[in-house]
Amino acid sequence: MSILVDKSTRVIVQGLTGREGTFHAKTCAEYGTRIVGGVTPGKGGSTHEGWPVFNTVQQAVSATNADASVIFVPPPFAADAIMEAADAEIELIVCITEGIPTLDMVRVWEFLQDRRSRLIGPNCPGIISPGKCKIGIMPGHIHRPGNVGIVSRSGTLTYEAVYQLTQRGVGQSTAIGIGGDPIIGTNFVDTLELFEKDPQTEAIVLIGEIGGNAEETAADYIRRHVRKPVVAFIAGQTAPPGRRMGHAGAIISGGLGTAAEKIRALEAAGIRVVKSPAMIGETVVAAMSAIATRT
Amino acid sequence: MKIHEYQAKAILAKYGVAIPRGEMATTREQAEAVAKKLFDSGATGVVVKAQIHAGGRGKGGGVKIAKSVSDAAEIASRMLGMNLITHQTGPEGKKVQRLLIEETLPIEKELYLGIVLDRVAARPVFMASGSGGMEIEQVAAEHPDAILKEYIDPGVGLLAYQARKLAFGLGLGAKQVPQAVEFMSGLYRAFEETDSSLFEINPFITTTDGRLFALDAKINFDDNALFRHKDLLELRDITEEDPLEVEASKYRLNYIKLDGNVACMVNGAGLAMATMDIIQYAGGMPANFLDVGGGANAEQVTHAFEILLKDPNVRAVLINIFGGILRVDTLATGLVQAARQTNIQLPIVLRLEGTNVEAGREILKQSGINFIVADTMKDAAEKVVAAAGRN
Repeated sequence: MSILVDKSTRVIVQGLTGREGTFHAKTCAEYGTRIVGGVTPGKGGSTHEGWPVFNTVQQAVSATNADASVIFVPPPFAADAIMEAADAEIELIVCITEGIPTLDMVRVWEFLQDRRSRLIGPNCPGIISPGKCKIGIMPGHIHRPGNVGIVSRSGTLTYEAVYQLTQRGVGQSTAIGIGGDPIIGTNFVDTLELFEKDPQTEAIVLIGEIGGNAEETAADYIRRHVRKPVVAFIAGQTAPPGRRMGHAGAIISGGLGTAAEKIRALEAAGIRVVKSPAMIGETVVAAMSAIATRT
Repeated sequence: MKIHEYQAKAILAKYGVAIPRGEMATTREQAEAVAKKLFDSGATGVVVKAQIHAGGRGKGGGVKIAKSVSDAAEIASRMLGMNLITHQTGPEGKKVQRLLIEETLPIEKELYLGIVLDRVAARPVFMASGSGGMEIEQVAAEHPDAILKEYIDPGVGLLAYQARKLAFGLGLGAKQVPQAVEFMSGLYRAFEETDSSLFEINPFITTTDGRLFALDAKINFDDNALFRHKDLLELRDITEEDPLEVEASKYRLNYIKLDGNVACMVNGAGLAMATMDIIQYAGGMPANFLDVGGGANAEQVTHAFEILLKDPNVRAVLINIFGGILRVDTLATGLVQAARQTNIQLPIVLRLEGTNVEAGREILKQSGINFIVADTMKDAAEKVVAAAGRN
């Protein structure tokens, strides 16, 4: 098993006909993901790269039975795209778009409260269960199927962690980028809960960064509920306060949200925190062989 | 995006939020004229306030009271052009180029109002505290119970009862509460309609004659929302920003200048931060944060490169790219173009992985430029720190 996505997941692409939508729909399909259609308002009824295009998500769902959607819609329209997908009862919505206004996301978050959809992102690379399904922009070839679950606020840093594992012959159950914005759908705790329950996942990598207190909340959750080994890295140990480090959510404000605080909270919860991002792979390998010797 | 106090107050005034009478001045003569107008229309004193994008101005000598027109002119001429150092400017300080000249008011109480995003609640939160003039972070650390909070439902905005709760909680009198409700409602409307990420009225004052004013105002806009606020973009004062950061922003590059000598160019904010961290871990100091973003094209990469090289402290460059959206071949094309155009003499360490990596490596190889190739992040960091040390 893996979490949230597998070989049966049927995916539509919102913004399929755009440059990024097209490129990534093709790489996802090549990876083996069942891309079943796309939505571009005004282009309904046409075919794009062999996929049927619909005007609305509702129409796409009716025609294709899609249960997941990936969003490549530009920032001014992305919040609306998420809510349209939720209204069409898409189970899993993955929003890749970076740069959505924060107050738009406040409305989206509220909108999702009484709907059944799960949102991953925005401003994220997506989700991949290696060998089964890739919904997002991550390079598929660096992954391999296996037993490590990865959850991260970053995109490319997630690839780095995956790559270090794969190079050591350690595969991944599922890797999720939850996104670098201040307001995101699925958070660390949601994902940790899924990984803890997933029989395929034997160890977890958590990659956090400065800003907010999601890592502190995750540390507390792990201490109380997670029995699988967790290896963590926090990006931004050298980041200056008061500056937004690329991600809208990566800012130390009023002395809060520093890497040092987060590392302290994680270590206090008994989690192995690596200081160098190059040590993620080897530390996971060590943690996993420690369980292997115990059993 | 940050704006000046006088600009923030002009926005508040449009929403019916009471501010002291005053005007901005950039010369001694203008300051004198504003002061004269204020004294002539009944002000008993004026305050001269340096306009820089940093707090703590009072302690640094950037806020002074004048009792006469000539006094105001004298203070203004001393303040203009001075290098104002506060705990928020860093040791280099900021040059004062604009002043706000305002009437003084008979202050009774100094309170605090603020609106920020609460990330956990995923809602804006309206905060009020009786400790005006103090930094809210300090109040939060020492007396968290002294901060009153009302979470805003995005569907309906700040409701009158919420404003009343805050106003009564601040100990305002029955006569002032309706005024405070109007004040706070205007404040929230301004926050929402300008897509702000932070509003701070510190202090929010009551006067001995029962009026309420925003004595200071700080507004930060949400950069992600500026595409729908072309008018607000005009409020940007680029003289308050680092020139290299201003240039980077023209090409939609996320660049932040730091103090070290190892420049880095990375795709993705998390990996960019991690690259800075590993440079330090390898014994070096990062010269910058630079995220070329997911969708960067060859031209942006060229500009990114030029910006890195304009920092005179840089001794070596580390390029760490893990291609997802950004294809490695695109990056390589930009790099070769940039290296040729800038005729670079500094050592460049490259670490490339991801989508189209083979094509990218081929482009670099064909270029004939002498790049130092690294296999892993650790290897790259060690090579670049060593190269910076030699250079």
